[in-house]
Amino acid sequence: MPISNARHRRLFVHGLSLLPLLGWCGCNKKPAPEAAPSAAAPAPASEAAKADGTLKVAFAYVGPVGDAGWTFAHDKARKEAEAAFPGKVKTSFVENVPEAADAERVIRDMVEQGNTLIFGTTFGYMEPMLKVAADSKGVKFEHATGYKTAGNLRTYDSRTFEGAYLAGVVAGSMTKTKVLGVVASIPIPEVIRNIDSFTLGAQSMNPSVKTKVVWVNKWFDPPKETEAAQALLDQGADVLMQNTDSSAVLQTAEKAGKMAFGWDSDMSKFGPHAHLASAVINWAPYYKKAIKDALDGSWKVEQTWWGVKEGAIDLVNIADSVPAATKAKIDEIKKGLSDGSFSIWKGPIKDQTGKEVLKAGEVGETKMLLGINFYVKGVEGQLPASK
Amino acid sequence: MNELALLIASAIASGTPLALAALGLIINERAGVINLGAEGLMLVAAIAGFASAVATHSSAVGLLAGAAAGAVLAGLLGGLVIWLNTNQYASGLAVSLFGAGFSAFVGIGYTQENLGAHAQAGVPGLCRLPFVGPALFTQHPLAYVAILLAVLQSWFFFRSKPGLVLRAIGESPEAAQALGYSVRWLRLLAVVAGGSLVGLAGAYVSVVATPLWVEGMIAGKGWIALALTTFATWRPARALWGAYLFGGVTMLQLHLQGQGVSVPIELLSALPYLSTILVLVLISRNPRWIAANMPASLGKPFYPGT
Repeated sequence: MPISNARHRRLFVHGLSLLPLLGWCGCNKKPAPEAAPSAAAPAPASEAAKADGTLKVAFAYVGPVGDAGWTFAHDKARKEAEAAFPGKVKTSFVENVPEAADAERVIRDMVEQGNTLIFGTTFGYMEPMLKVAADSKGVKFEHATGYKTAGNLRTYDSRTFEGAYLAGVVAGSMTKTKVLGVVASIPIPEVIRNIDSFTLGAQSMNPSVKTKVVWVNKWFDPPKETEAAQALLDQGADVLMQNTDSSAVLQTAEKAGKMAFGWDSDMSKFGPHAHLASAVINWAPYYKKAIKDALDGSWKVEQTWWGVKEGAIDLVNIADSVPAATKAKIDEIKKGLSDGSFSIWKGPIKDQTGKEVLKAGEVGETKMLLGINFYVKGVEGQLPASK
Repeated sequence: MNELALLIASAIASGTPLALAALGLIINERAGVINLGAEGLMLVAAIAGFASAVATHSSAVGLLAGAAAGAVLAGLLGGLVIWLNTNQYASGLAVSLFGAGFSAFVGIGYTQENLGAHAQAGVPGLCRLPFVGPALFTQHPLAYVAILLAVLQSWFFFRSKPGLVLRAIGESPEAAQALGYSVRWLRLLAVVAGGSLVGLAGAYVSVVATPLWVEGMIAGKGWIALALTTFATWRPARALWGAYLFGGVTMLQLHLQGQGVSVPIELLSALPYLSTILVLVLISRNPRWIAANMPASLGKPFYPGT
């Protein structure tokens, strides 16, 4: 299933990598303090780990830990996971690892340093991780947002569309113009699913809501996100959402006196008046589980897709201006998602053309969600031809 | 109708940094120095402006710091090409690459800083007018500064004596020197003055337009401004219109998407650049048009005393 999540292959394509200077600061290594140079005594990785009884865990990040979004969220979870196993786990990370040949070198290095559990947090590490995994059978590998697995490589991802739906519920109860705007990144199923879920959430509060979409073709391009957000506001949208990684859309809404959401991380400080809520990803529950699996020997290859139920997705910091009834509805939905009594993708759901895609009572399967390639009714404009 | 007014407003906002940078580059080029470092200048000014604004909580200080950073870097380039007579094209490219790397390096600690977005107040009274109010009178003050500068520059280059001297050193530095002008120092002055405007444009991007610091956030605006100088045949007023046209096409493609026009988004995104190329081709079809306006000694080293 070559689908979903061609995520975060962005950044570091600025052509700046021409510069030796950048090559240098682009590999800002911060190994764990005790990570001795491997050249001295290249003990087999697994033995090195057992020697002092701690599990050595390494993380490869695509961006800087201070990016306020994607990598920031991963690093926050890393710290939390380490703190959850005092004395048993030592974590380290390498930031700004490009999604290219360099990734393989960095990950091999992590193996050499005796790490026995290695996380790669971007789609583009898929092939490098597969290669290193094939050569390092004693090491366990975890790849975020990918779809290929191996005997010692498994994948994990978050159900971001649940956060989008919750944000939609808030948007539907707050919009006055009945027009919502989404600044969208790259037309892959993950993003389309989020636009649709956002719209479904809004329509659950107000069936006449329409959603306008502007694609910027980037994960992270704040100036372009700003212009796209401005165009949506110009066309009458009064609540904005984004599937890009910066706070630019929220800031544009703040400037215009309109409303918007935070995405991936809590962004309330970037637009205190405009901010309605933030749909956040919390990777900590999964990182704790993965480390626990490795510690107690229950680690096995699987593909994890966690959401509200597991505490991986949440809508946080809901603004005071949001009506109490809406907040109660959010709690109710979260409870329903947690105990399985509520499904976001439950029929009747029609696509943009009015064709019924899910009959009344029918629940969308994971396979359908992973490959989604249509707008639901109420989303305006034509879906760009993807891939 | 209201949407058209808002589109015009967005086009002006989007064109303002291009206009400021292009006006700065016209000063450089009228004096005979081509500054291919514009992109790097804008990036360094963007981080300098952003960092200063974060430190002082004042966007005015940020904008001034950006202008100062642009002036310093332009002065460096000026020293290289005017006194050491290094190749202007190669030196400019070097400054551009240096600026990109340097700004990324300095900016590492600023990726999570927050400047706070503020609602933009309109021009009192005028912004209430129907249509023209929302279209023209809700801009950041720098947008009006850019218009004023274009008018002033037009007068300066074609009506004032210092302006004529500046053009003389760009057309025929030997003749200007024979008349007793210090070509090198005047060129440096022009390069620094132009650089400060390019810097102001860079700071506008990071302090006003998108109050964030992101590596590489100028995203080619420096190069577009360079293209605009030729596009405008080195005339300030035309550069202003060119900048608004480019800003307009940029915003129009986003508006079309919001309207649901079914054109491939990749093509829409390329539209502003395609239109720039088209206009450049149209202008270049008439060589006399370029030749009549292009500073005759643009890009050529000047050796006094030979």
